[in-house]
Amino acid sequence: MLRYLVGRLLGLPSVLLVIVTASFFIMRVAPGGPFDMERALPTEVRTNIEAKYHLDESLVRQYLRYLGDVARGDLGPSFRYPDRTVTELIGLGFPVSLTLGACAIGLAVVVGGTAGVLAAIRRNRLVDYLTMSLALGGVSIPNFVLGPFLILVFALQLGWLPVAGWGTWRHLVLPSVTLGLFYTAYVARLARAGMLEVIFQDFVRTARAKGLREAVVVGRHALPSAVLPVVSYLGPAAAGALTGSVVVETIFGIPGIGRYFVTSALNRDYTMVLGTVVFYSLLLVVFNLIVDCLYAYLDPRVTY
Amino acid sequence: MRRILVAGATWAVALMAAVLGAGAAGAQEQVFRVNNTAEPESLDPGLVTGVPEHRIISNLFEGLTTTDPKDLSPRPGMARSWTVSKDGLVYTFQLREATWTDRRKVTAHDFVYAWERVLNPKTGAKYAQQLYYLRNGEEYNKGQVTDFSQVGVKALDDKTLQATLRCPTAYFLDLTSFYTLYPVPKWAIEAHGKDWVKPGKIVSNGPFRLASWVPQRELVLEKNASHWDAATVKLQKAVFIPTDDINTAYKQFLAGDSDWIPTVPPAQIDAAKQRPEYYVTPYLGTYYFRFNVTKPPLSDGRVRKALSMAVDRESLVKFVTKAGEIPTSGFVPAGMRGYEGVRGLPYDPAAAKRLLAEAGFPDGKGFPKTELLYNTNELHRVITQAVQQMWRETLGIQVELANVEWKVYLARQSKLDYQISRAGWIGDYVDPNTFLDMWITGGGNNQTGWSNKRYDELVAKAGCGIVDPKERMKALQEAEKILVVDEVPIVPLYTYVNKGMLSRKVKGWQPNILDQHPLKYLSIEK
Repeated sequence: MLRYLVGRLLGLPSVLLVIVTASFFIMRVAPGGPFDMERALPTEVRTNIEAKYHLDESLVRQYLRYLGDVARGDLGPSFRYPDRTVTELIGLGFPVSLTLGACAIGLAVVVGGTAGVLAAIRRNRLVDYLTMSLALGGVSIPNFVLGPFLILVFALQLGWLPVAGWGTWRHLVLPSVTLGLFYTAYVARLARAGMLEVIFQDFVRTARAKGLREAVVVGRHALPSAVLPVVSYLGPAAAGALTGSVVVETIFGIPGIGRYFVTSALNRDYTMVLGTVVFYSLLLVVFNLIVDCLYAYLDPRVTY
Repeated sequence: MRRILVAGATWAVALMAAVLGAGAAGAQEQVFRVNNTAEPESLDPGLVTGVPEHRIISNLFEGLTTTDPKDLSPRPGMARSWTVSKDGLVYTFQLREATWTDRRKVTAHDFVYAWERVLNPKTGAKYAQQLYYLRNGEEYNKGQVTDFSQVGVKALDDKTLQATLRCPTAYFLDLTSFYTLYPVPKWAIEAHGKDWVKPGKIVSNGPFRLASWVPQRELVLEKNASHWDAATVKLQKAVFIPTDDINTAYKQFLAGDSDWIPTVPPAQIDAAKQRPEYYVTPYLGTYYFRFNVTKPPLSDGRVRKALSMAVDRESLVKFVTKAGEIPTSGFVPAGMRGYEGVRGLPYDPAAAKRLLAEAGFPDGKGFPKTELLYNTNELHRVITQAVQQMWRETLGIQVELANVEWKVYLARQSKLDYQISRAGWIGDYVDPNTFLDMWITGGGNNQTGWSNKRYDELVAKAGCGIVDPKERMKALQEAEKILVVDEVPIVPLYTYVNKGMLSRKVKGWQPNILDQHPLKYLSIEK
């Protein structure tokens, strides 16, 4: 296990190197640069700015310079926000994205999990049909439709929650639901399937035969095994919720990292785009690693 | 996973605590909330170039002059008074007694430092050209002059600043109210580097000071009680919300989360018009199409004229843009002090057809494949579609639409890699020059390949040489006529309007051509 972990960790830098290299050059192939503006800059002003950010050097030199900086943990200055460094902006945005992602995943586990288990033990009855149709809807509705719809109903019509912004728990509700609905629905389906698979197995029948109450049978005996597929899904889901909040952050005006990612790509803010890409890839790689380790821990059949 | 959930929960609790704290303090009356449409790129007056930045910085700092909220003419600011030499070249400003927020005195040296900083090539200031009006300003920025004492700005003493210009510049006092020319605190910049604009470090001299700034979330200004004109200021606080999704911003306004939104989503115009908060005023900007005159068929003036005369601008603004835009065939918007605009080519389908036939394309026959470039935007899409249809119906030609992303659009335009493209131009200051000097041969914003000797001469003369204002305006008029009647490298379509929503409780609001509303004149009444 330890050897596996060390091996994976050693592989990390090369994965990141490939990602950084690819993003660096793809970014530069895109037409337009960070200082192309509606109002063209006078040539000499442009020259001055490009010199300031080393954009006047050869591409290879810039690439090597960037690698050196990243290796030292310096993601560089933001071109668009000259007062700030990329590290600073990620530091500001990440806690926000993390909060939002955690709420969405929390919602998925609590609501989705409960609904799935309920649907399984009441299978082929009204509760089952109802939750599973809702889950089907949840998986199908894209968040850029759901978000504005929720705003319209709960913020504008009913006035219960703010339209957009960040800072209070009330600001968290709509975006968490928007971001979390897909995962909630998916978890519900997984939990139902997992429960159905377990509920007919011998050890559950034994528990029943012992005369245990149904709640104990389900809660203590069936649930731990049934929840396995859900747990293994949570890794990718968590990573997805963290990196996939781009649209939700834009719709709800949330100061997370996803919004920087979008604006910086549109603005050709090279360092900021690369910085978020590096950070996101690190996040994904680490989450995948955690999930793989959890697999080994939860499922005795898996060993490394 | 559990650790992450715990961490998430901790954050949630911390957030809740922050909210409860904020709720208790948020009970004042004089708070103005602005949907600023974007996160400010910076608060450094020397580095920024945008409008969202202007809305904040123009209240945080103050230049030699300020602007009249109604007609935007220069008013005394840090300068109590000024004199101009007879040849229009030397401006001598007498500064008033005023202090920075750290109680230091504002002196003429602060201006000299700020202007040197903007012109210094190492600063990389994008708006350095705003100081090219100074003698040797451009040369210093280009590195041709390295001794700053050669540049036309001098502190005669602590309270007297002298600016020497390259040419008489009629609108120099308008420029001194613009952020690029604001004074900045040398000591704070030297102590904190690029961090000097952050809360707790920033030192400013305007009617408001920075209270807090959380990027992408909220920026709060509060009244600066030590400002010389604090008696005029009624607002206690101004909150800037950087919602960049205009649909969300519009909904926030409807929900009462903001008092002003300076734009309305095109799809909501009809609904917005029904509300009492909707306002629309002319804007100092022109929406137009560019022709790439270096390639046929658009190298032929007759083709360009035909295309221009086949556009029904009245219908365009009435049925397509719909917000009250003003159709125009001239390029300089109306409302410039002392300037009478030029009428461009009229809408005349018959004449347009004739011209196209003369150019060798009767009823559009044989007209080569032509592309109209625009950047991704709902409004540009419907406008280009409408014009495409007008050209097809009137001239019988089929123009293809090419939709590209913003930066691609900019790059293709500047490389002349297009045939026709949509464009817009917003004036920097209230003078026709800001609309006409861009079309000179090889000008960075020309981007049509068009060149005309007489035009260059007239603009150069108006920019430097003619001191008499009437003569100067005449020269500019003649230039505009060449642009929109004789040569037509562009098709002006309409004058932009400011369309926004303003809460009825805001008082002291003056509509103006730049949609600039200094906070110091506003107040809130329930």
